[in-house]
Amino acid sequence: MLQQLFKFKGGVKPQTSKTSSLHEPIGQAPLPARLIVPLHQSIGGTPNPLVEAGEHVLKGQLIGGADGWISSAVHAPTSGTVLAIEEHIAAHPSGLSTLSVIIEPDGRDEWIERTPLDYRTLPPERVREILRDAGVVGLGGAVFPSHAKLTASKTVPMDELVINGAECEPFITCDDLLMRERAEDVIRGVAIFRDLLMPKRVLIGIEDNKPEAVAALEKAVQALGENFEVIAVPTRYPAGGAKQLIRVLTGKEVPAAKRSTDLGVQCFNVATAYTAYRAVAHGEPVISRIVTLTGNVEHPRNWEVLIGTPLREFIQLGKPKNDTNGYLMGGPMMGFEMPSLDAPLVKATNCIIAASPTLFPQPPPEMPCIRCGACAEACPHELQPFEMYWFAHAKNFGKTQEYNIFDCIECGCCSYVCPSHIPLVQYFRFAKSEIWARERDKKASDLAKARFEFRNLRDEREKAEKAERLAKAAAAKAVEKKAAPVDSGAALATSPDAPVNADVAKKATIAAAIERARVQRETAEPKNTDGLTIAQRKEIAEIEARRAPLLASEQTAPNAETQRTQSTDT
Amino acid sequence: MITAIVIMALGAIVLGAALGYASVKFKVEGNPLVEKIEAILPQTQCGQCGYPGCKPYAEAIAEGEADINLCPPGGMEGVRKLADLLGREPTPLDAEEKPKQVAIIDEATCIGCTLCIQACPVDAIVGAAKQMHTIVASLCTGCELCVKPCPVECIRMEPIAENIENWKWKYPVFEIKRAA
Repeated sequence: MLQQLFKFKGGVKPQTSKTSSLHEPIGQAPLPARLIVPLHQSIGGTPNPLVEAGEHVLKGQLIGGADGWISSAVHAPTSGTVLAIEEHIAAHPSGLSTLSVIIEPDGRDEWIERTPLDYRTLPPERVREILRDAGVVGLGGAVFPSHAKLTASKTVPMDELVINGAECEPFITCDDLLMRERAEDVIRGVAIFRDLLMPKRVLIGIEDNKPEAVAALEKAVQALGENFEVIAVPTRYPAGGAKQLIRVLTGKEVPAAKRSTDLGVQCFNVATAYTAYRAVAHGEPVISRIVTLTGNVEHPRNWEVLIGTPLREFIQLGKPKNDTNGYLMGGPMMGFEMPSLDAPLVKATNCIIAASPTLFPQPPPEMPCIRCGACAEACPHELQPFEMYWFAHAKNFGKTQEYNIFDCIECGCCSYVCPSHIPLVQYFRFAKSEIWARERDKKASDLAKARFEFRNLRDEREKAEKAERLAKAAAAKAVEKKAAPVDSGAALATSPDAPVNADVAKKATIAAAIERARVQRETAEPKNTDGLTIAQRKEIAEIEARRAPLLASEQTAPNAETQRTQSTDT
Repeated sequence: MITAIVIMALGAIVLGAALGYASVKFKVEGNPLVEKIEAILPQTQCGQCGYPGCKPYAEAIAEGEADINLCPPGGMEGVRKLADLLGREPTPLDAEEKPKQVAIIDEATCIGCTLCIQACPVDAIVGAAKQMHTIVASLCTGCELCVKPCPVECIRMEPIAENIENWKWKYPVFEIKRAA
């Protein structure tokens, strides 16, 4: 097959170090003593816990429901008892904790009822919902919910579906072995994506250092009678970056502010396709993944591991050597050091590398930037890392944005080639998170301002309404005073003469007040008495009859009445 | 000579008319400087500067009545930004800089007096008379205005803890080792 390949600019060729973990097939990791399943394992909303401590769960049972469309469900990896739902240290560079479900396996590994479905008989929306509720996310490392990427753009026709099997990071071989051993399921998963997106072509890109995987997938494509094109791409880091692979296979360059779907391209990882197929056709949610355990260990190998397995138990499978001084999650270019051995493996964990001083020697001290431009030549996104570095170094974040820092994919090529050993990516990560924090603050302050202004507006409106009410009441009072000047005049005339009369005057004012209240009650007639049925009129008459003796007693005891009005006032 | 004077006078009249028209047509409502200052202020509406809200303080700064270092929630960074905008020298903050806080009501002690609801400048407290009150943490600006009015002292301020969502990558720092 003749396929014209394109090139992306920049990139590096680090030593791949992949062979050591390829000698053995994928192994099944044993059941750990305890599983720690973080609820937030994908981009988007944090799933809500659906189980309680003490509850018994089955393998594959939903324990965290997706929160919104951009979110993905989480499931129990095995059957057992929920010990707690608590904050537990996460597989995150910060070493902070996240809400996790702690499960103690019962050893029976009992599945929940699984319903295999034929997705061709289902409407596409239903298939997307199944994928969301099965927790299918991008397993290349970005963990973006896959169902959200499976809606084709309405305006742009879908040209190409790119399946990413490049696996360009050194050391990682999990996708390689997946493609070799489970090629047909991968291809069936790709077929699901194809049927949902209806692209004109399906291109599967694999780096040419994995000929076995290419052969396995080609065989599977033929066996299943599909027309997917399996293409070996030149081995150059970061060919497995989504934008880079799209560029190599289709020649399309995704602009900064656009998504690949705007150009009619969508990209998925091979492992994501595999889990999508298992979820739809077998009813199995994402509860395990293949993880490469390599680096400074006696037995480097790929393992199928339950999500939530603590790092401490996982590394025992590879027997780390004595001089191991840390564990990296992800590859050596983009990965980070795991904060603790207690942290669990999650959906984003594609590789664990045991580090040692000989494998990853301490980088030499940072030297000043000499503006040689090597980083700009290596940058696969054609950015100018040295400029961004100056501004990030000086904490001039506005300028870093002018140099498009948010197009940086943190691939690490610039740091790799820097002759001054400047950890450029660290500066960019720092700048990015500072800018995000500022944006969060800005949003919060805008919201506070809007709410403060609305509150002031409401206060003023309420004040105006109150003033209006008072004015009305005063006017009403004036009218009443005009209507009954004789009574009060008489009372006033008699009061100064004798102290006995003061009492009389008081009684007279009370009586006048009661009279006013009565008049008010009568004027405030019920307004909904027109067109009543006979039954309703009868009822009203009955109630009035009941009230009549009460009213009579009230008039004889006006004090009681005043007391009652007082109590209702307060 | 007269022609020259007439030409100059005509020019003056035409330009004057143009300027007059422009000043009516492109009239700027309010002081644009106030808006720029207000955009820098953190909008906590806490009144710690001595003005009843961020806008009055911004107006006072624009008038030159108030100093730029009176806003504790804005911190030293806010002072620097104001100094940049106004071309003044940044002066040290006139108060202690505190981490970001959020108010928390001890719901067991709350008697439902509504005094804190009336004090909250951003309506971040929900509750009703004789009912328990609570604070909507995502709306709370940490202004502390609700703390004083509470008759049973059930409101406390807590600094916002670092979590995975608001965690930031640190500035790269390297240990300097003595060469052997």
